[in-house]
Amino acid sequence: MPRSRAKIDIVPLGDSAVVLRVPNNDAALKAQRQIENAQIAGVIECAPAYDSLGIFYEPGAIESFDQFVSQIQSASKSRDRRAKVDSRLIEIPASFNREVALDLGLVAQHAQLSPDEVVDLYCRVEYRVACIGFTPGFPYLIGLPKKLITPRHATPRKEIPAGSIAIGGHQTGIYPSASPGGWNVIGRTPVQLFDPNNDPPVLLRAGDRVRFTRSTS
Amino acid sequence: MKIDIVRAGLLTTVQDLGRTRYRQFGVSLGGALDVHAMRVANLLVGNDESAAGLELTLGGVRIRFTDERLIAWCGGEFDVPVPPGHAARMHAGDEISFGQPKIGCRSWLAISGAIEVPIVLGSRSTDLRAQFGGFEGRALRDGDAVSLGRSRNGGAAAAISSWSAPREWTQTAEDEPTLRIVRGNEWEIFDAFGLTSVHFDVTPDSNRMGVRLDGPELPRKEDVDLTSEAVAPGTIQVPPSGQPIVLLGDCQTIGGYPKIAHVITVDLPRAAQLRPGDRVRFREVPLEQARELLRQRENDYRCFKTGLSLQRA
Repeated sequence: MPRSRAKIDIVPLGDSAVVLRVPNNDAALKAQRQIENAQIAGVIECAPAYDSLGIFYEPGAIESFDQFVSQIQSASKSRDRRAKVDSRLIEIPASFNREVALDLGLVAQHAQLSPDEVVDLYCRVEYRVACIGFTPGFPYLIGLPKKLITPRHATPRKEIPAGSIAIGGHQTGIYPSASPGGWNVIGRTPVQLFDPNNDPPVLLRAGDRVRFTRSTS
Repeated sequence: MKIDIVRAGLLTTVQDLGRTRYRQFGVSLGGALDVHAMRVANLLVGNDESAAGLELTLGGVRIRFTDERLIAWCGGEFDVPVPPGHAARMHAGDEISFGQPKIGCRSWLAISGAIEVPIVLGSRSTDLRAQFGGFEGRALRDGDAVSLGRSRNGGAAAAISSWSAPREWTQTAEDEPTLRIVRGNEWEIFDAFGLTSVHFDVTPDSNRMGVRLDGPELPRKEDVDLTSEAVAPGTIQVPPSGQPIVLLGDCQTIGGYPKIAHVITVDLPRAAQLRPGDRVRFREVPLEQARELLRQRENDYRCFKTGLSLQRA
């Protein structure tokens, strides 16, 4: 693994947050642990994305902004052993039957494969949860085979059913609850991804690995 | 120990100061769209600033009390028998009505003892999109009975303070407001003059997630392919249509549209008052000024809070 890290870039997100830009998702998740562990005064919470970390703070609780930024800089450069991101492998059973796979035909056509070949290819690889967002518990997964990259619908569907597994461009993910969306639905899982009565409320966390298994039901 | 919702109006929800610490799981901040108004109203009735109250949208609301309570409200120019920013006493059987606002869109009502609903993920706020928290995860309906907590001073409500809150905190609606903004990360890819030199109209598909605007299209000078990253209430996104969206409390946690600017935190209360058909303008201020204005308001708020508690002691 290359040890030289590109310069860490911190940009303001309005007057109460900054975004830390890092080279990749690993670095984003590691920076989240480092910054949480550093307990920098004023930091309220962190929210990782693909290759960045949103850091929300209380402007009244920091001495100076420049000092705050350098605290973040040094925390994200620290060699904090506790900052290791644990990555669990989680299997998601899914049905890819015609009734639930609303756009499987379209994805197959685009990839010039049969629907069966699409599902085989989709289930053969391991994905990584880059971040959770869009709706509560929605995992943005990286690792989609290039052949399955399919553009989003020009007009989003009014409602995509809960549990839908979908492809949007080079991204793939699972809709935890029914919501509008423009991604191509290729299957559905009965697994509950978000439960507000649990803490943490999500099944999948950033950094986890995901594999889909074909259920026969 | 309850209130009866005689008429729920267009959209009345239980809200507190919002849900922090769960953004990393995709959970919106939520809470009162004007958290400052909510906490000021709470202080006026003797509640903790973080107590749950009601957010009312465009009036048409009638509430009946079943025991003695203090109430206070802040927000738009609503037609209410009690002036904004003052505490008033309600007795068992009393009703209060919120008529249509002359200007503005929302108001926040605090009741001594606070709205008593379960805490879900650290907050009593209603998450309408994910349907949890608040009162059964939904907006209130006619006929709902909403539980209240015990007032601080036992059964009878606390003494009414002669203090009222500053007007700019309690009456936040303005005709054709100019919201102050700081530059967003993608400011450079637009001709920002297009944002600050004209007015925009608020469209009907605005909601608690964001205020959608209609105006001269903001064309991109260059095409950029952005990876999604964190967004926040106040962020002004520009989707491919070129029509900006000002994000509010229920916005999603990460987004991939270019961020041209951010409404500064102290002006979010005025953004929350925009309703369909309203006009709005934007003016750029330096980032350091935005932070300074927020620090100042927080200092003023702390003085107000201390003053109130000394007066009660």
